[in-house]
Amino acid sequence: MGEFILKRLFLSIFILFFVMFIVYALMYSLPTSYVESMARELATKPGSTKSAAEWLVELNAQYGFDRGIVGGYLQWIKTALAGDFGDSWNWSVPVVEEFNKTIWYSFILSFIAFILEMAIAIPAGIIAARKQYSLTDYTVTVFSLIGISLPTFFTATILKLIFSVKLGWFDIGGMQSRNYITLSNFGKFLDLASHYVLPALTLTLVSIGSLMRFTRTNMLEVLNSDYIRTARAKGLSESRVINHHAFRNTLIPLITILGGSLPGLFSGSLITETLFSFRGIGYASYYSMITGDIPFTMFYLMFVSILTLLGNLISDILYAVVDPRVRVH
Amino acid sequence: MIFKKQKNNSSYITTKESRRISALNRRLMRKLEKKRALASSNPNSYMTEMKDKDNVVEFDNVCTWFFSDVGIVKAVDGVSFNVPRRSTVGIVGESGCGKSVTSLSLMQLLQRPQGQTVGGEIRFNLGDGKALNIANTPNSEMMKIRGNKMSMIFQEPMTSLNPVFRCGDQIDEIISLHNPKMSKEEVKTRTIEMLNLVGIANSNGVYNMYPHELSGGMRQRVMIAMALACTPELIIADEPTTALDVTIQAQILELLKDLKEKVDTSIMLITHDLGVVANMADYVVVMYAGRVIEKGTAEDIFHNPSHPYTIGLMRSKPVVGKKVSELYNIPGSVPNPVNMPDYCYFRDRCEMCVEKCSGKYPPEIKLSETHFVSCWRFEQEGEIIDYPKSVKLEDL
Repeated sequence: MGEFILKRLFLSIFILFFVMFIVYALMYSLPTSYVESMARELATKPGSTKSAAEWLVELNAQYGFDRGIVGGYLQWIKTALAGDFGDSWNWSVPVVEEFNKTIWYSFILSFIAFILEMAIAIPAGIIAARKQYSLTDYTVTVFSLIGISLPTFFTATILKLIFSVKLGWFDIGGMQSRNYITLSNFGKFLDLASHYVLPALTLTLVSIGSLMRFTRTNMLEVLNSDYIRTARAKGLSESRVINHHAFRNTLIPLITILGGSLPGLFSGSLITETLFSFRGIGYASYYSMITGDIPFTMFYLMFVSILTLLGNLISDILYAVVDPRVRVH
Repeated sequence: MIFKKQKNNSSYITTKESRRISALNRRLMRKLEKKRALASSNPNSYMTEMKDKDNVVEFDNVCTWFFSDVGIVKAVDGVSFNVPRRSTVGIVGESGCGKSVTSLSLMQLLQRPQGQTVGGEIRFNLGDGKALNIANTPNSEMMKIRGNKMSMIFQEPMTSLNPVFRCGDQIDEIISLHNPKMSKEEVKTRTIEMLNLVGIANSNGVYNMYPHELSGGMRQRVMIAMALACTPELIIADEPTTALDVTIQAQILELLKDLKEKVDTSIMLITHDLGVVANMADYVVVMYAGRVIEKGTAEDIFHNPSHPYTIGLMRSKPVVGKKVSELYNIPGSVPNPVNMPDYCYFRDRCEMCVEKCSGKYPPEIKLSETHFVSCWRFEQEGEIIDYPKSVKLEDL
């Protein structure tokens, strides 16, 4: 097992190198160049003695744009390996600092949605499978289809209409109320929490459907298998059959999905965050991309890539934990 | 003309017909479930007495139907036979003639609410004069006798063991379930003992192995160990050797025969291999299209097969030492179980029809003390016992 993990880790580094190269090449060839717009801005400033083209040459040298794609990428790797990810061009603070500021909001949001999703979708899927073709089953199926079909912006808008406009329970967006400064520490916490409700609900609603259907399909397949009939023939109670014999087997495919959602926890949710003016990482990464902020985007995408590779490795390891047939000796 | 042809196609149903069927199914299933819930809450409705105390199980006009989308499938329709104590009863027949459904009805492992035992009684002997009518027994009571008083060996050893648990744990589970007072060590000792009993040499090793680490024959041995773990009164072996190759098949059958003597139990052996039946069974029940068409001791059936279907089955098996250029085969195939006619189900394939065959379904006719056949050809030769009783749709 140890050898297997080491091998996989080594392979991951190799993959990461090329993934980051592709990202760099794409960022480099983006039509909106931060340097270009900066040069134009500087040239139009009063008292500027240089033209935009002259500024561009100077800035290109300053920002390392004159090295070409490969040269620039190698330069980035060199500094990154030393632990220095540079300053964000757009936010003019060190990349790590800006990242640290925004990531936790997104992580908490995604984590709440993730927990809710699992806590609702898995039991609902199991119940639907146990009572196939019953009213419960059809209800679950219809709700999951609605969840899958409705786009985020629609769900978010409906939630805003109901809970913010009509009922007035929550603010329509943002992360703090107007009187935030005047609140006590506990009040501040409650205020922040109340701003989490609608985004978290939106995220849960849009992601719950597919997991529910997935659980249901898998559970049905397991419930129709021979070993479940054996378990019943042993005289085991229905709950023991479902929760012990069937669930362990349903877990196997579920693990892949859950392992794959690790990067999703940190990558933020661009649409939801934008819709609720939530200053998380999804929002920050979006702005850094459209402004051509290479250092920030590179750092953010590197982080997500590492998590994706790690997520795959973790789900492979978990596979071996739940399924003895794939254990490596 | 094209339209007429389509009507003859039995798998084609109109939307209207399909809607009518599902409405009827829903109504019947709801009614039956209600009736069952009522019956299973009242011990009087499921406690009965055996007709003969020496039987382990008595099937009495059992009807097990499936409410499917193309209509009601009468998979088992008026089946009666007994399993005497300490005997092996072989149930033979083609695929789809209701052998497995009979055994699943006995274990109450049918997929409800689509599959229901709608009529008749299955009496299971509990000893001391009491018996359970399985058709009405609630699940809580069934859980006590499943695996404990009767257990089942399934036909697919490759998939019948749960792949994520160790073999030992799976046998431990059934022992500790039915013997809650046993300590963990006692349970483990018993499991190892069972593994030794079924001829697994490396019992301690196998105890800690997962099913995928064992061969098919070994897995079937583990299944048998599991079935025997609580010394049941009855073992239902549902084609236990179908998925195994011939050598292993012989080993497993030998093992079953051996164990039957050691553990002192009855076996209900379901198979379509006549050789297996001849080798193992004391009594033979021949089923066709959901009904028993002939039953008797193994000698009756093998030396004096009477029903044309049984005769056909006997002729279609190769015999050692006898040279034939081509084996006999019964023409046609088992009829569609939806909308069965009320004449002998075998009539259309039969080569020995008599005049009466176009009339009513034949009754059970007693040829000797042990030999019974359902065929009009013997109307004059034996005593008419009874017609198989089906359930009328209106009575449901």
